Order: sequence, then structure tokens, then C-alpha cells
Amino acid sequence: MKQLNLGSSMPMLWATALLATLLAGCASPPPEKSATEDQTVVATTPGSGAGTKGATGSGVTGNVAMQGNPLRDPHSVLSKRSVYFDFDSVVVKDEYKPMIEAHAKYLQTTRTAKLTIQGNCDDRGSREYNIALGQRRADTVKRMMQLYGATDAQIETVSFGNEKPKNSGHDEAAWAENRRDDLVYVGE
Amino acid sequence: MIRLLRPALLLLALALCLAGTARAQLTIDIIGGGATTLPIAIVPFAGEANYPYPLTEIVGADLARSGLFRLIDPVGVNPRPARAEDIRFADWTGRGADAVVVGSVTPQSDGRVEVRFFLLDAVKQTQLAAVSYVVTPAQFRATAHQIADVIYEKLTGDAGVFSTRIAYITKQGPRYELLVAEADGYNPQTIVNSNEPLLSPTWSPDGTRIAYVSLESKKPIIYVQSLATGQRQVLANFRGSNSAPAWAPDSSRLAVTLSRDGGSQIYLINADGSGVQRLMSSGAIDTEANFAPDGKSILFTSDRGGSPQIYRLTLATGVVERMTIEGSYNVSPRHLPDGKGFVFVRRDGGSFNVAIQDFATRQVQVLTQGTLDESPSVAPNGKLILYASESGGRGILAAVSSDGRVKQRLTAAAIDVREPAWGPLRK
Repeated sequence: MKQLNLGSSMPMLWATALLATLLAGCASPPPEKSATEDQTVVATTPGSGAGTKGATGSGVTGNVAMQGNPLRDPHSVLSKRSVYFDFDSVVVKDEYKPMIEAHAKYLQTTRTAKLTIQGNCDDRGSREYNIALGQRRADTVKRMMQLYGATDAQIETVSFGNEKPKNSGHDEAAWAENRRDDLVYVGE
Repeated sequence: MIRLLRPALLLLALALCLAGTARAQLTIDIIGGGATTLPIAIVPFAGEANYPYPLTEIVGADLARSGLFRLIDPVGVNPRPARAEDIRFADWTGRGADAVVVGSVTPQSDGRVEVRFFLLDAVKQTQLAAVSYVVTPAQFRATAHQIADVIYEKLTGDAGVFSTRIAYITKQGPRYELLVAEADGYNPQTIVNSNEPLLSPTWSPDGTRIAYVSLESKKPIIYVQSLATGQRQVLANFRGSNSAPAWAPDSSRLAVTLSRDGGSQIYLINADGSGVQRLMSSGAIDTEANFAPDGKSILFTSDRGGSPQIYRLTLATGVVERMTIEGSYNVSPRHLPDGKGFVFVRRDGGSFNVAIQDFATRQVQVLTQGTLDESPSVAPNGKLILYASESGGRGILAAVSSDGRVKQRLTAAAIDVREPAWGPLRK
């Protein structure tokens, strides 16, 4: 039996990054690490605060990585990247609406920007059903952003189900952290 | 400029084809046995001690693990019979054995060996089976499983599944692996490993391929991988999430869940990724399709009624019926191979358990007692259900007989094991 080794996915990232760099005609080095792996979290009281993702190692797609990029400004509402949900709920709480609107406006004014919304669930129940639940959470926020002016083509919604918990614990505090959407701009 | 990338991609392709390595093996413990166990004496085969694999030990372990047999020690019977005609039935009925297995291992001139065995009913004093295999010593384990299959089938009336294989996913630290092992947990081979989650492995009914979901590209994408060559291809990588692969009985196409047109919906897709066709349009979640053995209907999970329940779609008519009635969370349906019922996962209070439901009577029996039992997979003879469970904060596999009596635990030291998938009968 032959084995596939996906541990070497870094060459693919490098190749992709290199290709993007070449196509963009800029000379920045390839990223050291995927930005989505950077779990630097600021002020995450479960259910209330939104995590801030560091955007390290960007510089692949010109627009997103410009100096003074509002996406990187820790004082900007655009630095907030997580929407937390109640158990078994896809309802977006009011506290997240300004942040969702701000991202939608950014997408509206920056038509080249593309966003991925990653839906997540807590780890109880069927893995596949949780993929679908996470998808619905992501779709909900996408629809809201479209109402605020983002276009369908700018936003891809995907789901990690319960496969990528932010908190690996098995209590309510952990579950609350894991029921969320993360917003990741393409190129970050 | 793009040409420059080719060596890098070539290297990647080479890395993708690394040879398989043996991994931590599953250990199977039997927790409960059947209501009645059949006493059987398996006499070590004449000449088997000349080979490194203890052939009759493997046969005996297979039968004992099923929970349906009790092994009778042949110590004290001298000389040991190797042919049917050498057996003195009183030696065995006197020890309480209802059945006796004898045999021999004889080298051939070409380096292969002939393994010959006889199965006899000690009470009726009749021969039930006599089979001869000419194999290489490397095939001894496989031969032992085949012998156990013959014995199981002759004595229980059901097909044996000792020659089948199982697939499962392990997680060790940040590392995910998809493995294939013999049904007794031996000889695990890694067929994919990744730093991102792998889930939902499922065997093509012809046993040549496994479809699975990988998050290696930061989204769920379905792959189909050949077991013989290790080559894999993308089955579904559409915008959004691609998950829940389920093979049609003829292995030519699959049902999958895609979100490309909004929401999680079920589609049919050819095994080469072509010919995508949407099956239903609901505003709800539809996922976890599973084909009936005759290919005429699918079971699936949907929350169209407000909570996740199991429904059946008849493909020819498009008629959808709700199958599960009680409870607020019934998911992960898998047909029994005889088409008469299905297993699924239900939540009752805070615990998730595997249950079985009969199509005709709608009667439900809860088979497991864990708190987080999930991902059931039915053995191809319908007699055992393999599922994922949790013990001491760690993922383990467990198996339960379809009558709930026989229970097994399959564990690997210090590794999370999950997402079991029982392979088809070997042709």
C-alpha cells in the first residue's frame, strides 16, 4: 500500500506564495507561516470579545499587505475577526453587528479584497453534521455582509465543523470559544 | 516564470508517494460475549511450527474475538490428528468440544506451502469443510483469516469478516493519519498523513478505493485514493465545503454534501469527479447520505423538521420520508447490509449512543452505553458495528454486535483513534 504524505504541504504553500509573488511582480519573500495558524488572541472572554488575529507573514497580495492597512491596525474594528454563537444557534448577536458591518464596508470599498469565513462548532455530536452546522454559521454572516454591501464573489464560506477547536477543553467555557466564525482575508 | 515552479511541484508529488509505514497497532479486548458460545477445538496444524506465523493461533483469536466461540484446549490429545480420518471424536466430545479443526502445513517444491484444514462436527461426527490453500509464507495471516471465515460461516450461517480490512483516523499531537489495518487490528498501514484534520473515510464497495475529507487546504475537500497505487484525485473541491462522501453500491458514483449553491445539500457525483447532479433542494441542512444496498434509496440527516433527524429519499420517485420519530437528535445513518434496517447515533440527555432501527417495525434498540459514541460503521456481514467512543479523554474505537451482546474495545497506546470504516468482503 502506498502512502500519501501531506506533511509536506509547505512546499505547496511556498509554491503558491511564490507564484502569487511572481504574478504580483513584487519581490517580497514568501510567508514564513500561514497567518491562520497565528492564534494570538486578545481579549477573548468567551461569547463577548472577538479574537484578534495577527497578520504575520503576509505580503503576498499587494492590496491587503499595504502599509497602514486597516486590517492590521489593532485599534480598527477590522482587527476583530471572530463571531461567537450560542449553543445550537446561528443567530448573530447584536454585539458583532458593527464589526460585521465594518468588514462588509471594507469589502465594498476594496473590491479586490476577498474574505473567507470559517464556521466552527463545539465538539459534541456528529462530525459531518457539525460541518453542516459550521457552514450555516458562516453563511449567516456572509448574507449579513452582502446586505451591508459586500458581493457574493468576495466571500467564500467554509466549515471546519468541530475539527479545529480553538479551545480543546470539554466544558462550557471551551465549547463557547469553539462556536464561532473566523474571518480570514485571502492572502493573510 | 511558471515553469520555474515545476520542480517544486514534482518534489511535492514525490513526497506524496512515500511508502507506507507501520503504525501503532490497535489492541482488541472483548468486554462481553454472546448469549451462547460454541465450544471449538483448534488443533495446531502439523508442520506449522516450522513457520514464524502461528497459523492456528490467529484462527483461534479471530473466532474467540467474535464472542460466539469458546476455544477448547487440545493439550493431552496424542498423537495430534492432522487429517479428518485421524480424529477420534470421543477425544473431543469428552473435552466438551462441539467442533474440531485439524490441518497441516506442507512445503511445496516451488517454495510455497500447502495449508490444508478440516472442520468437523464432533457431535454428529460429520465433516463440515475441507479446504486447501497453496500460498507463500507471507500470506499466512491472510490464510488464517480465510480459514476463520470458513469456520465462522459453516458454524453460524453468516459470512465471516476476519479477512476484511478496516480504515480509521488517528490523531497524535498535530498529526492526523488515515490507516488501513486487518480486521483484527494487525498490520496497520498509513495511507495518508497530514497536519490538518482528516475525516469521513469510506470504502468503495469494490474495496479498491477510499474516499475521505481533508482540511489540508483550509477547507473541506473530498479525495478518492486508490489503495493499490496510493494515487489520489480530488473528487469534489467546489466553492464552500465538500464533505460526507458515500459510495453507491456499484462503486461508480458517490453521494456528497456540497455547499456550493448555498446551504449544505446532497449531490450525486461520478467517482472521477464528473457529472455533479443535485438530488434535492431544501432550505435546511441535508447531509450524511448513505446508500441502501440495492442503490435505490438513500438515508440522510436533515434538520428540515427543526431538529436533526434521519430521512429516506427514494431516488426513482424523489419521495422523502422521515425515519426517526423519537428524540431531538438522530444522525449518521448507515444501512445494514441486508437492507432491513439501519444504525445511527442518537442523543439522549447528554449522551450520544449508537442505536439500530428496523425499517418494518420502526423498533429502535440502543446498542451502546458510552457518552460520546459516534461514527458507526457496519461489518459487511451485518453482525458487528464498529464505532468511535471515548475513554479517559481519548478517542478509542469500539465494536458491538447488532444484538448488543458482544462488545469489544480497540485501543492504541497514547493515540486518539476515530472515524472507523469497515471495508467490504474480499472477493
